[in-house]
Amino acid sequence: MLVIEDLAVEVGDKPILAHINMEIPEGETHILFGPNGSGKTSLMMTIVGFSGYRVTHGKITFKGEDITYMPIHERARLGIGVSFQRPPTINGLRTRDLVALCARNQPADIEALADLLNFREFLERDVNRNFSGGEIKRSELLQLMAQQPDLVLLDEPESGVDLENIVLLGEVVNTLLERGVKYPRGFEPGHIHLKKRTKSALVITHTGHILDYITADRGQVLYNGHLCCSRNPREILKWIREYGYEECVRCAI
Amino acid sequence: MRHLNDKSKTDVELDDYQSAARPHDYVDDLTRIAPADAGKWLNTGVDIAEKDRAGTFIQKDCSVIHSQAKDQGVEVMGISAALKKHDWLKDYLWKHISPEKDKFTEAAHTRPHEGYFIRSLPGVKLAAPVQSCLYIAQEGLSQNVHNMVIAEENSEMHIITGCSTSPHLVKGLHVGVSEIFVKKGAVLHFTMIHDWGESINVRPRTAIHVEAGGVIVSNYICLRPVGSLQMAPVTYLDGVGAVGRFNSILVAADGSYLDVGATVHLNYPETRAEIISRAITVGGTIIARGEMMGKVAGCKGHLECKGLLLKDGVMHAIPELAGFVPGVEMSHEAAVGKIDQREIEYLMARGLDEEEAVSTIVRGFLSVDIEGLPPGLAKEIDKAVTETQKDMM
Repeated sequence: MLVIEDLAVEVGDKPILAHINMEIPEGETHILFGPNGSGKTSLMMTIVGFSGYRVTHGKITFKGEDITYMPIHERARLGIGVSFQRPPTINGLRTRDLVALCARNQPADIEALADLLNFREFLERDVNRNFSGGEIKRSELLQLMAQQPDLVLLDEPESGVDLENIVLLGEVVNTLLERGVKYPRGFEPGHIHLKKRTKSALVITHTGHILDYITADRGQVLYNGHLCCSRNPREILKWIREYGYEECVRCAI
Repeated sequence: MRHLNDKSKTDVELDDYQSAARPHDYVDDLTRIAPADAGKWLNTGVDIAEKDRAGTFIQKDCSVIHSQAKDQGVEVMGISAALKKHDWLKDYLWKHISPEKDKFTEAAHTRPHEGYFIRSLPGVKLAAPVQSCLYIAQEGLSQNVHNMVIAEENSEMHIITGCSTSPHLVKGLHVGVSEIFVKKGAVLHFTMIHDWGESINVRPRTAIHVEAGGVIVSNYICLRPVGSLQMAPVTYLDGVGAVGRFNSILVAADGSYLDVGATVHLNYPETRAEIISRAITVGGTIIARGEMMGKVAGCKGHLECKGLLLKDGVMHAIPELAGFVPGVEMSHEAAVGKIDQREIEYLMARGLDEEEAVSTIVRGFLSVDIEGLPPGLAKEIDKAVTETQKDMM
């Protein structure tokens, strides 16, 4: 689904990422570990296509299309969706209206989606205006639920979220990624038919706490702008917890 | 770079304009008005069917061509008819604004051309708004009106007043002296919508007097090109707990010059004032002024001037606060700049193209919470945003 080949990125004139190779196949969720400042968010912004992240080498392919220099909205319409860590406030735009814009041409029951995230009372508020960290996360996920992207990029989904809401958030992410373990409404145990999973994700985390709430197929470690490890995410997390990022990286080299 | 004090915009000579106009006939049925005129009125919120309106006043050039009150709780008529009807009214004229203020007030004093008189009776809460429209059709006219609004004690009224010109008018001057009285416990919503021509000069001069417990909510909307516009209504909150709220939404196209402000005197304890201005320039000049004078302890005020420069143009925010005793509480917030690129890209990441993203942000920027706006007006704002965007791209 997403293939990144030998990617190098500069912000301003400063190289931020180099020799990045990554592949996220259809239906897989990958976790991107890395300490603060390692370039995780820059990689995500580059995949989304934000200005200021200049690709100096390499290529990004999504669903077989070269998207390296594609405008942001075309990538979104092709199926890339993102949950930002610090999205801007948009004064005068109600959250409800933005969710409707995210849905574009697909039908979306905004109230029902908001109920899933316990977010109904925020629908009439301006987008992100005076939202707490946890409220921002819920607002971002609500937008993604309406957008229904095929590749979901989540930047630190657990940061600033209280314990009660992180469970809720994890469930919604699992639903979004077709990884839910709850029976859908109307299905009796034993009669459930699991369809093939098509949604993929890249989840950024520096603490790894999110792994307690969502399932993932693979983990990668980004350190100083280089990807240096790729294996089972829980295994990586154990290494990092035991020895810290520096040791973890050394092992891989 | 453009100059803030563009003499060709700020200097208006009265002698360049005619002070008399051909009279127009009175019209009983507004639906029989020529479509060219009626279309312009619609842009300013006038409903020619007069449905859901408590009363209507229409003046074309110097003639009152329609005036009627549908609700018994309100009086709507030309100022000269009102002066004949109410002997006491002359005591209200020029009470809080002096004819000597400037040459425009003097023109309205010495060569007046009607104007409206709208009065809600004591204790009456009008369910529907009163509408008025002042219209210039004669080329080169200086229309000098004197308006009077009285919201009697404990009454509630919403006035939607539009001003416009006939579509092909090249030269014109509008001078409007308005005196507004909000008596004890009364609530007045006053929404003014301007739709002038590209080279029309406009000089409103307004004074508002609010008694104890009274509330004035004034909304001013000018989204269409205007030659030059200069106004700064002065409000006196002259009673305990009087409240004044002033919202303005301004768009300045290339060549437009808008100098729009509001001054509020907080003269009694527990008075509250709020001035909010949202301005966008796409090539024009906007000076957004706000001035608050806190004269007693326990008064509160907040000023907010936000301006976007979408193309070239000048945006000058001038928020002023003056406290004359300890215990006043006033604050302001001013910002001038362009649309934040991060906001545009955020919306693009949700699938909106750049144009959709910009118009969504601009609409949001202009959508100050305005109570009781006529529903057609939201559409007008949308239309103006779309046109503004054409200028921008």
